[in-house]
Amino acid sequence: MNEVLTVLLGFAGGTVGGLLGVGGGILFVPALAIFQDQSQVQAAATSLLAIVPVAAVAAWRQHGYGNVRLRDGLLIGALSPLGVAAGVVVANAVSQRVLELSFAALALAIAARLTVRALRPSPDGQPQTPPS
Amino acid sequence: MRRTLQLAAIGTAAGAFSGLFGVGGGTIIVPLLVFWLAFGEREATGTSMAAIILIAAYAVILQATYGNVDPAEAALVGVPAIGGAVAGTALQQRLPERAISLLFAVLLVVIAVELIIP
Repeated sequence: MNEVLTVLLGFAGGTVGGLLGVGGGILFVPALAIFQDQSQVQAAATSLLAIVPVAAVAAWRQHGYGNVRLRDGLLIGALSPLGVAAGVVVANAVSQRVLELSFAALALAIAARLTVRALRPSPDGQPQTPPS
Repeated sequence: MRRTLQLAAIGTAAGAFSGLFGVGGGTIIVPLLVFWLAFGEREATGTSMAAIILIAAYAVILQATYGNVDPAEAALVGVPAIGGAVAGTALQQRLPERAISLLFAVLLVVIAVELIIP
């Protein structure tokens, strides 16, 4: 039963990931922590391995739809190792609770900005298209 | 040059959050591309995915050195998730960009609630 729920959450995580441009860790981590009894750190680490093929397939599909600025994406990815290293070291050293609450506050702030932006009426009443 | 520095800053921030929370960094990359570099939502999410391949790959190698990665359990969520990724990207093409923004905001609220509940 736990395996079935883990697989279902995996599929749902991939769907959310493909839809919103995230890896799917939002659902992979709880699936692994709750249904596979992994610790939060193990679940986060294992989730990262699942994210690699998900991101590759989603990027390939989005490239086909014409939605990938490949150079920009690869630049962001290529320049991330310093951040990754810092994050992993901090994750193993700092109180998990402090990390969780800090990220929660940041996520809520960004959500508010995105909502305001999406609901803001545009001059002609049409959904606004950002400048490119 | 300024743009390259912005992309570098986005990469560093996304990498840090990836290492901290086990997410690929997309929750940071997508809003930063939208608000900072004026990407459309579809472009931001697609470009984020390309970045996440590399970010998640780096992070998983580092986490593996701590002995935290379980490949069998990664496959248990990752294999069905590949099908989900194909479905999710196809679904996204049928949605207006405002809807993607709102769904992204919902995702962030869910993440926040999940983090706040101990």
